[in-house]
Amino acid sequence: MAEKEEDVKLLGFWASPFSRRVEMALKLKGVPYEYLEQDIVNKSPLLLQLNPVYKKVPVLVHKGKVLSESHVVLEYIDQIWKNNPILPQDPYEKAMALFWAKFVDEQVGPVAFRYVAKAEKGIEVAIKEAQELFMFLEKEVTGKDFFGGETIGFLDLVAGSMIPFCLARGWEGMGIDMIPEEKFPELNRWIKNLKEIEIVRECIPPREKQIEHMKKVVERIKPA
Amino acid sequence: MARSDVKLIGAWASPFVMRPRIALNLKSVPYEFLQETFGSKSELLLKSNPVHKKIPVLLHGDKPVCESNIIVEYIDDTWSSSGPSMLPSDPYDRAMARFWAAYIDEKWFVALKSFLKAGGEEEKKAVIAQLEEGNAFLEKAFIDCSKGKPFFNGDNIGYLDIALGCFLAWLRVTELAVSHKILDEAKTPSLSKWAENFCNDPAVKPVMPETAKLAEFAKKIFPKPQA
Repeated sequence: MAEKEEDVKLLGFWASPFSRRVEMALKLKGVPYEYLEQDIVNKSPLLLQLNPVYKKVPVLVHKGKVLSESHVVLEYIDQIWKNNPILPQDPYEKAMALFWAKFVDEQVGPVAFRYVAKAEKGIEVAIKEAQELFMFLEKEVTGKDFFGGETIGFLDLVAGSMIPFCLARGWEGMGIDMIPEEKFPELNRWIKNLKEIEIVRECIPPREKQIEHMKKVVERIKPA
Repeated sequence: MARSDVKLIGAWASPFVMRPRIALNLKSVPYEFLQETFGSKSELLLKSNPVHKKIPVLLHGDKPVCESNIIVEYIDDTWSSSGPSMLPSDPYDRAMARFWAAYIDEKWFVALKSFLKAGGEEEKKAVIAQLEEGNAFLEKAFIDCSKGKPFFNGDNIGYLDIALGCFLAWLRVTELAVSHKILDEAKTPSLSKWAENFCNDPAVKPVMPETAKLAEFAKKIFPKPQA
């Protein structure tokens, strides 16, 4: 039975890596969906009604069921649509994917962007601290085409939406070379591999527009 | 199966460490408990969790698993044939369990912790408001998830029960320290009944710290806030 587009709705924001990764998952599984772009400053009554706890994107609505928090949404999508699996079956591999995904969003994201933009201890120190975190990811992807192995998986969607197609555009605007090829050959190879994938290319924010957007975000974060 | 096949690095007072301990009890998995000394970190901990250097860490054979909720899920997946499932099989119910577990760590527990450190009346009022909002969310979540059964997970305690229940001893200690009832039967009757059932569960009782002992420990690690 074909999925009707109205069965799945996604409330998202064009520059949000959290909503972009959900789009990647839906496209990877060939799930048709209706996309509702949200104004994250002047939040719509619909967004506030569907996500009263966090008032954030992404929000997925599937046959009337409402889900939010991108990791939760990705796992749900993986369980409903079984083709092109995202999470590993093996309990240990799954635990590792979940662990590193949490690390990317909770540690790497804030340290490699907010702390650097604020640069309270000086920008060189902030960059060094961020690079120590990237070293862990460098190790994780060594010898593999993707974090998920031969095909993209959960961690690729999380780290992919966050690092090359969000944080990197922020670094560009700040004039920072955070993960240079000579220091991070494996991560750079992984990024090249990601760019080869059509569904990834279809789900990333336009480069110039995002660089401008991230510059504005930096302005808001920087200490006065 | 050799007892030494499963080790857990942790500490008696940590609610996060309680989570995998309850899970291992539910699955009847014998394990060696490696207690960390408060204030210092063992070589084994630093080697097993180089990213965060935090407890709990589960060592299954030579494989370390970190992050308490991830460990609980790993235990459920690995020993799936032993004991009831800790997560619902329905994808939406499963998603709700994960959603609320993440909320508890990101919002609810953060508010609880800040209560112990809160200084003036204004700060206390703000924290109380946050906790009351959180409790209201969790009361509703309990009604939705439990579907009339005693636990979030239904007839038996599971992932979400463990995610919230691990904080009940600290909750009691905080209530005593600030002289304020945080979990109020009048406001959250279902949650309060659940808390009682959770604490009486045989998988929980052996690892739930005594309130008095925890209160003493809390005095050591949380300096008295300025009035």
